[in-house]
Amino acid sequence: MTDPLSRVFAALADPTRRDMVARLTEGDHTVNDLAAPYDVSLQAVSKHLKVLEDAGLVTRSREAQRRPVHLEAEVFDLMTKWIERYRRQAEERFARLDAVLARMQDDESGTTATTQQQEGTAS
Amino acid sequence: MTTMQTPDTTTRYPEAAILADEHVPAVHIWRDFDATVAQVMRAHTDADLFAQWIGPDSLTTSIDEWSCRTNGAYRYVARRGEEEYAFRGTFPFVGEDKIIQTFTWEGMPESVALETLTLEDLGDGRTRLHGFSICDSFEARDGMLASGMEVGIHEGYAKLDRMIVEGTL
Repeated sequence: MTDPLSRVFAALADPTRRDMVARLTEGDHTVNDLAAPYDVSLQAVSKHLKVLEDAGLVTRSREAQRRPVHLEAEVFDLMTKWIERYRRQAEERFARLDAVLARMQDDESGTTATTQQQEGTAS
Repeated sequence: MTTMQTPDTTTRYPEAAILADEHVPAVHIWRDFDATVAQVMRAHTDADLFAQWIGPDSLTTSIDEWSCRTNGAYRYVARRGEEEYAFRGTFPFVGEDKIIQTFTWEGMPESVALETLTLEDLGDGRTRLHGFSICDSFEARDGMLASGMEVGIHEGYAKLDRMIVEGTL
């Protein structure tokens, strides 16, 4: 669990942390703000925050006394890119399926002697 | 949230659309095909046809076991040189426009995804495919999304090589 992406996933595998992240998309929050909706101790919330911080998902300002928690949007860009890569792979697979379907249609319509020989198909 | 809804019929998917669900560890995929439901179904249930497109391009897929019917099972292996990725599962349900199957990468045999493939007749000779894959944890789902990243990159290079050889570039 050392690579950054795995840390991001592990951090987001927890429903409370996902909810915290969702709330941080609206803007920065203090730890007290973040803790308010949950029936857990401040300490537990701090633990969750530490995991999110270690994953690079959030940062906490050192200067301001309230030390608001800030969501690092770039990490989400990384995830978006990676979902896009998954989508592209699926699309490549479906493009191959398009080709198979086109050949099936040719086979069905071309019942005459002109039916093309296909390479590699077992008959 | 609208994630569980099938998008309205005016939306077209000439290219694959993916949605990673926020609430359950699942992925949706939509894609329209210029073929009938029966044809798209056959391309999924017939082993010879399935092997032609499941890919990826850079790997050679061979099907060891194939019984695509309710209560059937499958296993296929994608190979490239020394590399080998085997996938297997069962088909709890196979109907005229629906396939429900389990999906496991043998490298993580205890992580089993449940996939529901539904084909919808769009009424103009075209068919919409909706795939819904649900994993047993968000970690497994995200792992699935991330898997094949490397394959994808290799494949991209392979395509590029081919285009260069063919002079398309």
